[in-house]
Amino acid sequence: MVKLIFRSHQWEVKPGMTIESALKKLDIDPEAVLPTINDTLVTTDYVLKDGETVKLVAVVSGGGQ
Amino acid sequence: MKCKRCGATAAINMRHHKLALCGAHYLEWLPAQVQRFIEKYKVFTADDRLLVAVSGGKDSLSLWDILLRLGYQADGLYIGLGIDGGVQYSDQSHQKTIQFIEKFWPEAKLHVVDVEQTYGMTIPELAKARRRNDKPCSVCGLNKRHIMNRVAVEGGYVLVTGHNLDDEAAVLMQNTLRWQTGYLARQSPVLESTHPKFARKVKPLCRFYEREMAAYAIIRGIDYIYDECPHAEGATTLFYKTLLNQLEANSPGAKLSFYLEFLRARNEGLFKETQEKVALHACDYCGQPTSTPGLCSFCRIWDLGGEPERSRSLVFDPELQVAAFESADAIEN
Repeated sequence: MVKLIFRSHQWEVKPGMTIESALKKLDIDPEAVLPTINDTLVTTDYVLKDGETVKLVAVVSGGGQ
Repeated sequence: MKCKRCGATAAINMRHHKLALCGAHYLEWLPAQVQRFIEKYKVFTADDRLLVAVSGGKDSLSLWDILLRLGYQADGLYIGLGIDGGVQYSDQSHQKTIQFIEKFWPEAKLHVVDVEQTYGMTIPELAKARRRNDKPCSVCGLNKRHIMNRVAVEGGYVLVTGHNLDDEAAVLMQNTLRWQTGYLARQSPVLESTHPKFARKVKPLCRFYEREMAAYAIIRGIDYIYDECPHAEGATTLFYKTLLNQLEANSPGAKLSFYLEFLRARNEGLFKETQEKVALHACDYCGQPTSTPGLCSFCRIWDLGGEPERSRSLVFDPELQVAAFESADAIEN
């Protein structure tokens, strides 16, 4: 299985799917996150391999101007 | 996906530009694009002294890094707001800023203004004293704008902030939905100085997506404060950013064209009639320009006298105290 971590949440998805499909399945806005594997940025067409952990970095910040 | 320049594995895909790049080429591409924007909008020149407002976040640290890489004379300003929020937020953000300097630019100059040391209270304490217990954001924004302006004016700087496209598009959407033409008239990458005591204010990142700035920080190895300000939860700006991201997911480039087409319309005079001149007076206490006679809004918020449970009055020194941070390397040298 593949582990996806976003803030304090954690999910498991099947290997063989792309990150884009995994985000869609988990209802995560792809514009609001950057996927990283071993601290390296990857694009959302990356096909997930068994045993990998994807950390999703939140890109949205700010509360006021 | 492959890098369009070298064929290596891409680190980022920018659908709005139909461009995928590897880490190395992205680190070249983004500063070059920032430089193009600076020239196109006459944001500043190589002769200007720049004061970058840094918060320890991805946008401001990346901006400072890019400007220094491009060879600009850019000093930093960190404002200690005294926000704890159970996670020592301000301490963490200060630490990230100092770590950035030590790792990348040990010769860089950082001005530090600590609100509690300078004015006697932290921002949350001030907000509480002003009975704004729910959200200190407006108090915080007012203080930051005042301090940034003063340090910039007194140091002869152009004030540079790290507002990105998502920040600008969110504010634009908010102002458009309410047709706040006065605010729309003032929303610009460059705000010229209209008074000797008002700094020129610029936003060189305002056409770059928030995810582009986060990607730059990650690839460059900038360790930024990842957590949101504890007071930002539920902020209106975040709501508009979410809406715009949903739009962007279905229509790549929607955010960029929304903002750039607004700038084009604005430059062609769409909001010209609402750009009116306001008569300014000197604040009775600090001397800063203000549109209403008496105290400026900054001094009004710090003027806690005259009410039974608030014994403080204006006790801070009107001369702003600014400390300079020197990194360990700089001291040794």
